[in-house]
Amino acid sequence: MSFFEIQNLSKTFKTKHGDVNAVQDVSFSVEQGECLAVVGESGSGKSTIANMILGILAPTSGAISMKGSKLPQKRSKEHRRAIQFVQQNPLSALNPKRTIGASVRLGLDTYHMGEPQERWSQVEKALSDVGLDAELRSRSPSGLSGGQRQRVSIARALACEPELLVLDEPTSALDVLVQARVLQLLNALRIEKNLTYIFITHDLAVVRNVADRVAVFKAGQLVELDTTENIFTNPGTQYTRELINAVPVIDEDEIMLKNKLVANL
Amino acid sequence: MMPLLDIKNLELSFNSYKGLTQVLHGIDLNIKKGERVALVGESGSGKSVTARLVLGLLQEARNAKASGEVLFDGSDVNQMKNKDRAGLRGTDISMIFQDPTSSLNPSFTIETQFHDVLKRRTPDLTKEMSFERACALLDDVAIPDPKRVLKSYNFQMSGGMNQRIMIAMALANKPKLLLADEPGTALDVTVQSQTLQLMRDLVSENDTAVLLISHNLGVVREFADRLYVIYRGRIVEEGPTALIFNNPQHAYTKALLSAIPRITGGGLPQIAEQTDDYLAPKITHGAI
Amino acid sequence: MIRAFHILKSNPLSLVGMILVLTITLCAVFAPLIAPFPDHNGAVVEFLNANKAPSAQNWMGTDLVGRDIFSRIIYAYQISLVLGVVVLAISTPIGTVVGLIAGYKGGWIETVLMRITDVFLSVPPLVLAIAMMGVLEPTLTNAMLAVTAMWWPWYARLVYNIARSEREEGYVLAAEVIGASSNHITFREILPNCLPAIITKMTLDMGFVIIIASSLSFLGLGVQPPTPDLGSMVAEGARYLPDSWWLSVFPGLAILLAVFGFNLLGDGLREILGVEE
Repeated sequence: MSFFEIQNLSKTFKTKHGDVNAVQDVSFSVEQGECLAVVGESGSGKSTIANMILGILAPTSGAISMKGSKLPQKRSKEHRRAIQFVQQNPLSALNPKRTIGASVRLGLDTYHMGEPQERWSQVEKALSDVGLDAELRSRSPSGLSGGQRQRVSIARALACEPELLVLDEPTSALDVLVQARVLQLLNALRIEKNLTYIFITHDLAVVRNVADRVAVFKAGQLVELDTTENIFTNPGTQYTRELINAVPVIDEDEIMLKNKLVANL
Repeated sequence: MMPLLDIKNLELSFNSYKGLTQVLHGIDLNIKKGERVALVGESGSGKSVTARLVLGLLQEARNAKASGEVLFDGSDVNQMKNKDRAGLRGTDISMIFQDPTSSLNPSFTIETQFHDVLKRRTPDLTKEMSFERACALLDDVAIPDPKRVLKSYNFQMSGGMNQRIMIAMALANKPKLLLADEPGTALDVTVQSQTLQLMRDLVSENDTAVLLISHNLGVVREFADRLYVIYRGRIVEEGPTALIFNNPQHAYTKALLSAIPRITGGGLPQIAEQTDDYLAPKITHGAI
Repeated sequence: MIRAFHILKSNPLSLVGMILVLTITLCAVFAPLIAPFPDHNGAVVEFLNANKAPSAQNWMGTDLVGRDIFSRIIYAYQISLVLGVVVLAISTPIGTVVGLIAGYKGGWIETVLMRITDVFLSVPPLVLAIAMMGVLEPTLTNAMLAVTAMWWPWYARLVYNIARSEREEGYVLAAEVIGASSNHITFREILPNCLPAIITKMTLDMGFVIIIASSLSFLGLGVQPPTPDLGSMVAEGARYLPDSWWLSVFPGLAILLAVFGFNLLGDGLREILGVEE
């Protein structure tokens, strides 16, 4: 029994131009404590899959299970709490009219975690866990940098004490140095709190350094699923090779890797 | 050979109710004809405002104060009259932006927008003549069926297509200098890769100089001959691309290079987001 | 706060607006103390002093039954402000709630609520008020009722537009994923982002409510004599133009100043609160 499993998941959108098969018969599983990268270009269906996992979009068919039990479309509070989310855009993720503390506290209040009077100290702990000053909780998001905001988003998600974290391009909107710090933080938190990550990104270099396994998607279908090591040294499909080859790289070693893969194209 | 673009001791401050904030602290940068130069930095480094000053856009702003020289083909953009600055844009200097779809006007066909662009060089151009010329330009950027594309609108086409159209428009009037602000960032990797290749080929054909503004060192490595690293309004390192990548000297450049994840693995390094080392004096590499 | 001061400084007109509004409010609140002839707001007659031009004793002249116009204007401001405050205090919450629910929930709720709003909006405002007053007795209370009935849809539309765009923001998605209730999202997340626009609109609206109320009483449909009202005063004096010009001109100017003041203040607030159009 896997920790988290998707079976034959499909989603079809009805538009005025006809049906759009955004996700087609996708199945994969995730083990507890691992980081599974979900990779694909635009139109690959990765965001749609994320929305279905989070329970905000109903699948057309297929099942999502956690720890052996199938998750119904109308999720229970416990199920909701167990799966949390960090989104891409740090600027829009925090309500400009609420303090940082109020935003982080939302999950605690929704799930009635602890006594109300204890919740502020839980908020402060969540903030310090992500490397932020506890006194930030009374500030508005407007003075914060992108990196700080993203840390707040992470704190908000982790305050709920989830088991599975879905991260949708969590560092794509961040500067180079900031991205490095936040990725470090995410790695450390995963190990410390025994979390499981579904890490959605288009950045293969990030994938190589954070993920245990990689799922490659194209046009709504799962094209390849393998360990990170295998994907990068011996990709099974042409598409994966093309994706790796398109990455703008820095080192000589990386160029050699690309050349090796291209030779087999 | 005198540089096409020669920026000397460029300073820029913004005036707000909080007071005077200095954004650029004396930038020196030059580009020769046909050269591809990159200005690399993170957000807030001042790279975007430098581009806008070259274009002559910020000098007119009420709350902006610029000093120093921005010599384009010998004339100082900072000292020009607004009319002359505007005259440079779209003719001798052009720019492409991060998001291709939103850079095109959704209310007009591509054909109309090409006509507007081409008219800036040749005011008495007829619609038929500009249509023909636009077809040829779209051919150059490998767009199939240019006639249909010209009759379409930006929202009917993909990001990659719009990016090519934008490049075609930017190069339509054979500018001497092309400014590219994070090109391809909004596109998929495979499309971005093709776009950069296309840009490289086109600018070398026409000997167009390019100032590439980016935070993506991988893109810079593939595209630029020389680069300037900018941190908080100061140039901290400059030199030929290969030299800097092989042997970065400045603390900030070293941090940038080691912070980027590699597809060969190696894990994530410990990086300081901000230290005084990053403010160390400028390092210049090799013969230029 | 510093930013607010700076905006007011660079936009002197909004400072003018603030001063005007403050003055009018003070007049309204302290009417009995400021008016030279406080009892002239009621059924008083002094025929000996009737229809006199502005003088040292009566700064704005006297009306047809001898009452001091300046005093009556000050009391009329009281009525106007009360009317404005009551109308807005009722119509704003109604409109806001309708707009919020329609904007966030979407679906058939959105359709039903906004179509009802559209029906109200499609009738020219003054016509609706006149129609209502035609059925009801002309009193201050009924006038307030009529104006409220035609006022709430504007807030519904304003808030609906903002809610609809805020609904796409990341923080709303975050709250939905966390499982916060619809009530929480609508009123604790989205509403605070609507407040700057609502407050600005309320300030601008004070001026317009005064105009509508004055129009109603100009037509004889609002406040009845002897209660002083700016619109009725203009109406009464209109027949005597241009000879006894002070009868209409001063009340007219009073309306102008009030509307002007609230408009300028509203514009200033819009800038301070960073309201986008």
